[in-house]
Amino acid sequence: MEKSYYNPKDLKKFGDIADFEPKLAEKFFDYYGEVFKEGALTAREKSLIALAVAHTEMCPYCIDAYTEDALSKGISEAQMMEAVHVGAAIKSGATLVHGVQMMNKVKKQSM
Amino acid sequence: MIKSLKASGNKLAMIENQLKVLAGEPFKTELPTFVEKLKPLNQFPLKPNKLEIFQINLGYMCNQVCKHCHVDAGPDRKEIMTKEHLVRCIEILKVNKIPTVDLTGGAPEMNPLFRWFVEELSKIGVQEIIVRSNLTIIQANKKHYDLPEFFKKHNVHVVSSLPYYQAGKTDAQRGDGVFAKSIKALQELNAVGYGLEGSDLKLDLVYNPNGAFLPSDQGELENEFKKNLKKDFDIDFHNLFAITNIPISRFLDYLVASDNYEEYMEKLVMAFNPAAVDGVMCKNTISVDWDGYMYDCDFNQMLDMKVADKSAQHINDFDLEKLAARTILINQHCYGCTAGAGSSCQGTVA
Ligand code: SF4
Ligand code: SF4
Repeated sequence: MEKSYYNPKDLKKFGDIADFEPKLAEKFFDYYGEVFKEGALTAREKSLIALAVAHTEMCPYCIDAYTEDALSKGISEAQMMEAVHVGAAIKSGATLVHGVQMMNKVKKQSM
Repeated sequence: MIKSLKASGNKLAMIENQLKVLAGEPFKTELPTFVEKLKPLNQFPLKPNKLEIFQINLGYMCNQVCKHCHVDAGPDRKEIMTKEHLVRCIEILKVNKIPTVDLTGGAPEMNPLFRWFVEELSKIGVQEIIVRSNLTIIQANKKHYDLPEFFKKHNVHVVSSLPYYQAGKTDAQRGDGVFAKSIKALQELNAVGYGLEGSDLKLDLVYNPNGAFLPSDQGELENEFKKNLKKDFDIDFHNLFAITNIPISRFLDYLVASDNYEEYMEKLVMAFNPAAVDGVMCKNTISVDWDGYMYDCDFNQMLDMKVADKSAQHINDFDLEKLAARTILINQHCYGCTAGAGSSCQGTVA
């Protein structure tokens, strides 16, 4: 058994998921590649969105991959951190807006 | 103040130690060597095409000490090309009609014979004279202030490094204050007509990553540089060349010291692009060192890998036919030229 759940070397083995089920893997990787191509959004914009989502998903592999992608695209540190804040703001906003649900319940059940 | 590897007594200042690193892991067990990679493509031995660029290193002295410098240049480096060798280069160029001369260093302008040499090249009608100017040299000393005018007079093609369009990353790589001085120099070059849209006075920038990662799409980076340099400093330039850092000299030292070496080499190998092999610069370039010896490229020069034919290694024995028949010497650092879209002095190649 591995000594930890995450191993940085596993990122390079991502493609190996095809070993167990090639068809779906192929569809996924085609789709993935297509999504990140320049389209209505630039590749830079997509890279920053991916970086923000990588953080909200707290996926160390994605954080690694998209930090490097951002660096190689010449995205500045300030831009990267602002993207992370966008993710954090949405996360915290999404948490806090549920506070209304809590308040509704409190109001309903209190005299 | 950063010192050259040589001045600081770093063990990588000894070329054999750099070659030892390149011969070691991950290439002993995990990854194919560059030779092994070329063989199935029928590209081994690697052969040159027509010689188009004669690159002359005027000396290793430089007013900067950039962290990534593959020349290990700096103010302490005294190696400098003498008049005798410069005269020989002119003779070679007169006879052989090589269209482009590419002057590099160190800071080529620090060779006291620099201006004289450019004038002579102009006189013999070399088609294109490239000067790799680090920009800050223009402001380093009063005697260099009029370089933009001098470049213009001889229609020199100026190619300059600027690793980022903001101060932080530029200064981290090239030294404190370099960004501000580079911006001023670029504005001065623009003022005499360099880099403007439609201008024949060519001004290109070179981008190289600020660490252990590869550059991404050259066109996208060029757009970002253009947009930001125009907006913030009203600067124009023609092309941006995205260059991959080659794992030799000070960049190799950085990779090893920061524990990034094996991972970086792995990245280069993973990104190997067979289509980039035909565009590597050793295919159409000869690099001459300050002492008159010839190499397949500037990187081989720094690894002291002189052109293979021992009877034609020095400019005094220059022989176009022998050079055309030579085999290009390669090693693991060559992966830097073939990663992704490839990398040469003119940016991406594939
Ligand atoms: S300006 Fe160029 S030659 Fe001088 S230290 Fe920097 S990279 Fe090296
Ligand atoms: S490092 Fe030099 S010899 Fe090797 S591929 Fe690049 S240009 Fe050619």
